[in-house]
Amino acid sequence: MSNQPIKKLVGPVKEYEREPVPLAGQKGWRNFLGMYAGEHTAGTEFVIGPLFVAHGVGAIDLFAGLILGNVLAVLSWGLMTAPIATNKRLTLYYQLERICGRTTVSIYNVVNALMFCFLAGSMIAVSATAVGIPFGLTMPTLDTWLPTSLGWVIAVLLIGFLITLVAIRGYAQVARFANVTAPWMILVFIAAALAVLPGLGVSHISEFWAVANEVIWTGVPLEGVSKFTFWHVMFFAWFCNMAMHIGMSDLTILRYAKSWKYGFLSFSGMFLGHFIAWIASGILYAAFLQSSDFSSEFAPGPIAYAAVGIAGPVCVVVAGWSTANPTIYRAGLALQGIFPKLPTWKVTAWVGAVTSLAACFPALVMRLLDFVALYGLLLMPMGAVIFADFYLSSKFGIRPEMAYHKKVSFSVSTFMTWLLTLGICLVLNLGFGVEIFFLGLPGWFVAVLLFLVLSKVFNPKNKEVLA
Amino acid sequence: MTLFLKILSYVGLGLTLIPSVLLFMERITIQTNNSLMAVGMLLWFVTAPLWINRNTEKNHADKS
Repeated sequence: MSNQPIKKLVGPVKEYEREPVPLAGQKGWRNFLGMYAGEHTAGTEFVIGPLFVAHGVGAIDLFAGLILGNVLAVLSWGLMTAPIATNKRLTLYYQLERICGRTTVSIYNVVNALMFCFLAGSMIAVSATAVGIPFGLTMPTLDTWLPTSLGWVIAVLLIGFLITLVAIRGYAQVARFANVTAPWMILVFIAAALAVLPGLGVSHISEFWAVANEVIWTGVPLEGVSKFTFWHVMFFAWFCNMAMHIGMSDLTILRYAKSWKYGFLSFSGMFLGHFIAWIASGILYAAFLQSSDFSSEFAPGPIAYAAVGIAGPVCVVVAGWSTANPTIYRAGLALQGIFPKLPTWKVTAWVGAVTSLAACFPALVMRLLDFVALYGLLLMPMGAVIFADFYLSSKFGIRPEMAYHKKVSFSVSTFMTWLLTLGICLVLNLGFGVEIFFLGLPGWFVAVLLFLVLSKVFNPKNKEVLA
Repeated sequence: MTLFLKILSYVGLGLTLIPSVLLFMERITIQTNNSLMAVGMLLWFVTAPLWINRNTEKNHADKS
């Protein structure tokens, strides 16, 4: 039983965990177009679009911020991640191990797994808002951080248990299910938004922009919620997947690409999921606010049900499930690398338990924007290290992939780079009031600079190795 | 058979999106919209799993 999920996931295909993907293993552009479109139309989209409305983003700020931020995200995948991925053709973990050593990668895996747990937990909570409709569960509000009732806890734990069970026994089925759900989900997002537009005062498409400005994205935040500007939207759209592009997690995916240009195919996910779906879910939430006299309740399930009937909450559950399930599985795999003697199913079960407990707290949903930004920020420095190692190290007299060549399991310079970058970001945040959404950009430059300087300091014999 | 299943699936997707366009144009009621979307959902989820993953699985089988 211990190897079942891996066998089911990998199937007959070789995974090339510690070797470059050969030519025969490389895949065509259609695989990446579909993968990005499916992966970025998920449960989180039901939360992010409404939170922009709650934070009082103006209509022009939203549209301009999303377009520019998503273009920057696509460029990050295309110009930073994909060229390294198709040159090295190694997984993120093995690439990191060659630069930083096995111990550093283990620490990275723990942080990564924890972030995965919290992300999956937020999706379980989102699903609970839909499952709870027939049982009349008390739904959380924007300022709810703690469990709302015993019924909420039971619903969340039950959903968490089921999702964990599937993650343990049948990831392949879930992956196949995700392929089925993706096209339907994006259409439900669009349909639900269209269905509520007349209620917002749009009876002809020409009236949309006026209503968008006056009713939907009014520029006025809800009571007790901070104000978001164009810059918040742009940086959030750019950096919400920072762990994947600048943070280099997608090296693992894009190493299969036949050409580095496939990185640009991420536009399918950005402009379906992070543009159309965010706009659609924002419209849905605005309609809910109008009909509920600006209730502070924040529950995607009932909002979707009010818009399009039973298809709405089913979409919320499916979206939450299809995001949470592979996320729990990935967290299990990340931790399994640290505890290789423990069977994967046991690690996944523990991950599921932690995730389910975290999901009891609606704070994960209400502060999803902050959490997503934090998730990317925590992992970003290691992506900067990979970038600097690949493009800059030789120019600065540093041997690329030092840990591999010197056979060390712990690289002080890269670990210090990680810690100091996050420390400087913390100082910028606490000392200078720079919001978490804006820390990724200066943080990346800080990480690159620190890596180069610290590598020089801690690896004084580099030139000998180079020679 | 696959072609027939695909046609049914795409009808399901059509029933998911088109009713909301008609609702927006005030040609149908919200109840009709919700019912048609539910039918579309059932049609898609009953038929699409029977063909949508075949290409992927065939690729895997070819590589083994």
